[in-house]
Amino acid sequence: MSADAPTFLGMPPFPEAAHEALGNEQLRHNLRRATGTIRDKRAQVIGELDDWEGLRTRAALIKDTALHDLDRHLVELEEQLVARGVTVHWARTAEEACMIVGDIAQSHDVDEVVKVKSMATQEIELNEALQARGIAAWETDLAELIVQLGHDLPSHILVPAIHRNRTEIRDIFRAEMGQVGRAAPEDLTDDPAQLAEASRLHLREKFLRARMAVSGANFAVAETGTLVVVESEGNGRMCLTLPEVLVSVVGIEKVVPTWDDLDVFLQLLPRSSTGERMNPYTSTWSGVTEGDGPQECHVVLLDNGRTRALADEVGRQALRCIRCSACLNICPVYERTGGHAYGSVYPGPIGAILNPLLKGVGHDEQVDSLPFASSLCGACYEVCPVKIDIPTVLVDLRAQVVDAHREDRRPHAEAAAMRAGAWAMGSSRRMALGQRASGLAGAVLGRVSRRANASGRQVLGWLPSPGSAWTRTRDLPVPPTESFRRWWKRTR
Amino acid sequence: MSARDEILTAVREAVRDAPRGQPPGPQPTVPPTDRSAMLERFAALAADYRATVIRCKASEVSVHVLKALRDARRVILPAGLPEVVVEAVSGRLGKDAVAADAAGHAELEGFDAVVTTCAAGIAATGTVVLDHGEGQGRRALTLLPDLHVCIVRSGQVVPDVPDAVRRLDPQRPQTWISGPSATSDIELSRVEGVHGPRTLVVLLVGDR
Repeated sequence: MSADAPTFLGMPPFPEAAHEALGNEQLRHNLRRATGTIRDKRAQVIGELDDWEGLRTRAALIKDTALHDLDRHLVELEEQLVARGVTVHWARTAEEACMIVGDIAQSHDVDEVVKVKSMATQEIELNEALQARGIAAWETDLAELIVQLGHDLPSHILVPAIHRNRTEIRDIFRAEMGQVGRAAPEDLTDDPAQLAEASRLHLREKFLRARMAVSGANFAVAETGTLVVVESEGNGRMCLTLPEVLVSVVGIEKVVPTWDDLDVFLQLLPRSSTGERMNPYTSTWSGVTEGDGPQECHVVLLDNGRTRALADEVGRQALRCIRCSACLNICPVYERTGGHAYGSVYPGPIGAILNPLLKGVGHDEQVDSLPFASSLCGACYEVCPVKIDIPTVLVDLRAQVVDAHREDRRPHAEAAAMRAGAWAMGSSRRMALGQRASGLAGAVLGRVSRRANASGRQVLGWLPSPGSAWTRTRDLPVPPTESFRRWWKRTR
Repeated sequence: MSARDEILTAVREAVRDAPRGQPPGPQPTVPPTDRSAMLERFAALAADYRATVIRCKASEVSVHVLKALRDARRVILPAGLPEVVVEAVSGRLGKDAVAADAAGHAELEGFDAVVTTCAAGIAATGTVVLDHGEGQGRRALTLLPDLHVCIVRSGQVVPDVPDAVRRLDPQRPQTWISGPSATSDIELSRVEGVHGPRTLVVLLVGDR
């Protein structure tokens, strides 16, 4: 069924994709409603805690120190997992990880797996890789199911179908469920309770017959070999409990050193993500438990760019991210463009830094455009439960993108303008000449200008190309007819 | 070089010059000053996420379990459940209607309800935690039946998440449950009842 599922491959750079998204009124309406709801709920449950700031600081510190000794923690995690009957695999790249999971599936001769929502498996495009080997991967999280059945792309970390409203979801269920299993009830309405019931009925048969499940993990505890999955619906519990074989794909940055470290994260994550004091279900397991749950467990430890991000002095803090989505829900840019415009499974402010950090800058126009997809208002930093200073990382990445393109044969208009400016301002004589030219232009243009801006200054609403790139979205103030230096000389 | 060695080497290289901080110690926990207020809070917050909460004396447990089971016909009673509860339920429904476990998923699907104890309750979040020990059974038992009745002794309730984390054994599989199965995936509004038990009854026993 996912043969025609789209991928993010070949997405246009952010400004282009955003331009298209901004024309979609339904999308903007859905997003405004959903992000508004979640922001209110979050504010309320955070208000119930005495020392939210203290928790954030602790969480950031735990993650930073864990990342600093990551090699030690990873080795300890591996030892603990192996001691509890788990097979541990290491994957440098997405391809290696997909190959490992596919090989495990094939060795058990399964043609389908059930999946717990997992950003890591989205990132490595596991479903597509399994499909190519004739193995169907069923998403069981409601929002993921909506995306999969709708042959769509995720647009939010927590709620990948946030761009869909209830009526669209009903239509997708009616049209698609019957193609891949139990059909939606004939009289299905767009009542969310009915939609949830339809997904319960549709997926139940898949849970009961699946022999293999694939999960991610929200946290991996090094000292005890414990994996943690935080969820709401119970689809996670189904996948983690019922099948015989469980494969968990875990990014290496998910490691926390001790079991006690979980206390702070289990307070921060639900409040930051769904705005709940606690999510309905959290599962923890330390390897294989005899007579309970999957008797064969695998863990795939995934790099796929994480060590690259870790080497970035400013950017490594992005690896603290616990994928809560608070930065998406607060972001004025995300609220207007939606997630697809970011061209990645990680959209929003965190995506704007995580993608360039994982993939590196200077190779791909789309990735290079992301650090600029922000007004640097700083709201994302303020809500981040692990205090990732996203604006600072964005600015640093912008500099990295500019540096990466210094040697380009065709410089950007901005770089050319800056270079001309530097030349003109480099000597007093050139500066005076420039100002005289600008004053003349001002005198002429002041006559053609028909509009004034809010402060009464004459502005130009239109310039011929290439100046039109500027005036398409902003006004250009008419240059003053007299420079400061001339005015000084005249009035002194 | 193996993938493992390559990743570990890259990790070491990446942070070689990074400044090292001190990890914070465990979050200090404060014993509750007002025990009855803590229990009230546990009951209120569990109910806030749509669990049905009943407070009763130890002597009334069986009566309330039977009430909570409503019209359930087949019930899972995991090994280790208080004997009075097992007797009351099998007395009402008949010995064939109750079982400590089921052979496979399909058979388990045929049960309407499950009654368990728990390992801890958390007041600040209205959460019950199962560690699947005595009286709780393996994980699937509390997953497939549509009604879950969970007996929480008042002494098991702790003030907040850190207290629970300290008290629980990470070597046991755990399920933290806060209200019945729910989703926020449709327009980010919470709807109860997806894949897990759609009805959760919390029986808070003692301190009455």
